[in-house]
Amino acid sequence: MTARRFFIDGHARWAPQPGSMRPTAGLLAPNERRRAPDSVLVAIEVASQAVLMSGHDAATLASVFTSAHGDLPITDALCRTLSSHPQQLSPTRFHHSVHNAASGYWAMSSGSHAASTALSAYERSFAAGLMEAACLCAADQRPVLLAGYDTAACGPLQSVNRSRGLLGLALVLAPQCSASSAWVVDWIVRPGSDAAPPLRTPAAQALHDNAIADGLPLFECLDDVAPAALVLRLSDDLQMQLRLQPLPGAA
Amino acid sequence: MQPRAAVGPQLVSPPYTPAAIEPVAIVAQGLACAAGIGLQALADAVRDDRSALQAAQDPRVDWPTWLGRVDAVEHCALPAALQPWDCRATRLAWLGLQADGFMAAVSTAVARHGTARVGVVLGTSASTIGASEGAYRRLTVDGGFPPALRKDGLNTIHALATFVQAALRLRGPCATVSTACSSSAKAFAQAERWLRLELVDAVVVGGVDALCDSLLFGFHALELVSPERCRPFGAGRRGLNIGEAAGYALLQRGAGPWQLLGHGESNDAHHMSAPHPQGLGAELAVDAALARAGVQAADIEYVNLHGTATPRNDEVEAALVARRYAAGVHASASKGVTGHTMGAAGLVEALLCGLAVRDGLCSGTCGTSVVDPALTDGFAARLRLQPRQRRVRLAASHAFGFGGNNAVLVFGGGA
Repeated sequence: MTARRFFIDGHARWAPQPGSMRPTAGLLAPNERRRAPDSVLVAIEVASQAVLMSGHDAATLASVFTSAHGDLPITDALCRTLSSHPQQLSPTRFHHSVHNAASGYWAMSSGSHAASTALSAYERSFAAGLMEAACLCAADQRPVLLAGYDTAACGPLQSVNRSRGLLGLALVLAPQCSASSAWVVDWIVRPGSDAAPPLRTPAAQALHDNAIADGLPLFECLDDVAPAALVLRLSDDLQMQLRLQPLPGAA
Repeated sequence: MQPRAAVGPQLVSPPYTPAAIEPVAIVAQGLACAAGIGLQALADAVRDDRSALQAAQDPRVDWPTWLGRVDAVEHCALPAALQPWDCRATRLAWLGLQADGFMAAVSTAVARHGTARVGVVLGTSASTIGASEGAYRRLTVDGGFPPALRKDGLNTIHALATFVQAALRLRGPCATVSTACSSSAKAFAQAERWLRLELVDAVVVGGVDALCDSLLFGFHALELVSPERCRPFGAGRRGLNIGEAAGYALLQRGAGPWQLLGHGESNDAHHMSAPHPQGLGAELAVDAALARAGVQAADIEYVNLHGTATPRNDEVEAALVARRYAAGVHASASKGVTGHTMGAAGLVEALLCGLAVRDGLCSGTCGTSVVDPALTDGFAARLRLQPRQRRVRLAASHAFGFGGNNAVLVFGGGA
């Protein structure tokens, strides 16, 4: 393939901090906010922040939601109920268990009828989501919201799932440069098994065991506001290579 | 509910208008569904207007219902190299791969393009959750999974896609798309973009969902499961029957025996588990698919409807069909044959579009003998209850899922 290009018009991340242990997800209606699982809250939080920063109208953005595991506390609760009292499964919990729950809540709360997808690629889910968002942006020449998120394994799932903590990462990609564009990114997908770059900052290192943490090196680059070359692994032998250049609006 | 104020906008991007795309060839398929193994088994059931649904036998399901079960899963063994993934969903996925010469066709594509140039996009709703459900019934004293089931690569939603990629020995991009019942219809759209950008030279598009407790008890909790064989668009219809299936299509740029011409994706922005009352999102998806195919709604001769047989889905979809498609269209719903195969439905029903544009076989609406008189005027004349043989140049397939997620595909015969 030939190299393709997108612009980053907005970005946001969320992880728990002292005094802010749960995302506010202010875009959601109060009754939805009360009932929505953490995965939905963190996805909506970062999606709305990135879109706000980008200046784009949410209704015009295609969206890609990506998560290795969806909502693990919901999976745990679902499997528990099914193993003991399957007839007592709550309909709300069931519809929260679909992998596109965050995508659905985003559409409802932003009023966007645009195409919205929900992906997974295990521990390369952020990279797979970025590749898909970049493909949508390049193929259809339209701006795209990308939101990646994962939760912590709980209960018996901890014996088979390494994800810990709560993390959300979002970008708004655009096909054309505008006053909102902070970065220009050239990308290509090619075979290769370069090591993922080590996380450099204590804040990122503290989040490394969340399942969407494969996106953190990109966000460290965005913090640096300097040209960077970055490899995101798509699999053991395939990678997305990015060349990032800050624009005047990046600082 | 009303959409609330949108975030932004200081910078208003113009509304997006889809542009026409180049057709994509569908050069091979594989299928395992309740009708049997291989596409011919489904074609025979459709031609005979024969339901493959069986009365549920599970003692824990203490209400009557019918299931689209693939009995061969019970006797299927995975090859030794794939044993770490063993569960009902991967066995079902394996049965589908074995059918119709699909694996040989993928090998041919690999020989031509190389393993890194063949991608996998797999649509699934529940993936391997059945394996995790089973582990929860046999937890160890310390509350963990039984040692034999402690497989991190199995107990996660991407497991099925990884399994299919490993079974086919592919090394290209591999993604799971999981948007409930529109999953594998959307997989076609994602694959077409990969091909258009030359990210890959061929894509295995898959749709796999196996019977599991989550789906059965979950849909029952939502009061959407019918106690009798489903009757799409029928008077007094009582809901859906859950089915399982593994279907595949091999996509390449260029011409082929039949082709994907267009795809449209949208969201209702209305409710997590109920359709938009006016079918707004569904119609946007129809519009986008027609625009990409460069055709008009009046040109579509066969429509495989989503037709779940739930009261609300069918009511909204009937109004859409009456409003948009020509009076002479052959619109029908096939879930009375296969059951609602969830994330696999988009793939199974794409293959039925293939039967229409390739062989002229138009499915009927198995299970329905009397069309609901309360449905929109003009719909009953478009809904075909009986299968029919007729030449079809253009076909469309509807897939609508939870979270308001919609996908519509347009297919045509070989160039």
